[in-house]
Amino acid sequence: MNWKFLLPTAIFAAIAVAFAVGLTLDSQRLPSALIDKPAPQFDLPPIAAIDGGESYGGGFSSGDLEGRVSLVNVFASWCVPCRVEHPQLMSLSRDHGVSIFGINQKDKPEDVMAWLARHGDPYRAIGADVTGRTSIDWGVYGVPETFVVDAKGRIRYRHVGPIMERDLTGTILPLIAELGS
Amino acid sequence: MRKLAAFHVVLLVALVLVLGTRGAGAVEPSEVLSDPVLELRARDISQGLRCLVCQNQTIDDSDASLAKDLRVLVRERLLAGDSDAEVMAFVTDRYGDFVLLKPPMKSETALLWFGPLVIFLLGGAGLIRFYINRRREMAEDGATPKPLSGPEKKHLKSLLAEDGAESGAEGDGP
Repeated sequence: MNWKFLLPTAIFAAIAVAFAVGLTLDSQRLPSALIDKPAPQFDLPPIAAIDGGESYGGGFSSGDLEGRVSLVNVFASWCVPCRVEHPQLMSLSRDHGVSIFGINQKDKPEDVMAWLARHGDPYRAIGADVTGRTSIDWGVYGVPETFVVDAKGRIRYRHVGPIMERDLTGTILPLIAELGS
Repeated sequence: MRKLAAFHVVLLVALVLVLGTRGAGAVEPSEVLSDPVLELRARDISQGLRCLVCQNQTIDDSDASLAKDLRVLVRERLLAGDSDAEVMAFVTDRYGDFVLLKPPMKSETALLWFGPLVIFLLGGAGLIRFYINRRREMAEDGATPKPLSGPEKKHLKSLLAEDGAESGAEGDGP
């Protein structure tokens, strides 16, 4: 039998495999342009005080990232998937002693304070990104998004969407352990 | 006649309105710059920037809040005196080449840019080879077909006559 007879079938099979692989890829999961680059320079104020109360979160600036491996989590009280990942963040901070910094995107002070009071506050410090400009500096597509930053203040990993249990054990905790050693 | 002329004027105005707003998509009046030259540059830049949330729309066409933030950002950079290229660089520094709707030409994107051309050339080469081979095979078999022999001609004639008689008998046919 002439082997050339099989050539179109082989080409079709190769293209079919390529498309099948393409279909399983998540188009939202793109590598950040900022991987292995220093975190952007920013200085976010704390969550603003309401009705004569005190401001909350202490503010968050690029200097806070120096000296330790940390997690930067972009969140908002209006973001439903943030609620999903919240227990994982609580566990990271409580059980694993990871320092998590929060960028609170486009939130109302009363909403975010009530949200944190209800679900717990895993953050070492929180900065309020009212305009969304600092989020853009971080290359954020949407909330929630999380970055692992090494002790030199370089972005090492970007996680899009809520952090699930498997992301914690499979990727984030091993990476933090590796960067911390 | 006057009614028709009025109708044409209305049609023309509608057309101008429709075409005039082309590409403005989701741009909100509060975002528009007072300087028309800068606004036009902002629109030009926006046409090349992808809304990262909806992925196949420009930031001008998208209602997503990130698209709005990027539109405002582009205008701020322009007001600060950035060139078009500097504005583009500002955005790609943060979001990578994926934010550009037209991918730049570089070594990583060579496959994207030249892949179709390579496939076209390969296909063309295959086609040319096929015809060259076929012509050679035909030449080997005796290039020009032999003329029909006497009995063959007779047979063909009878077949054609049969065919003609059949279709004639059937009349107009189906």
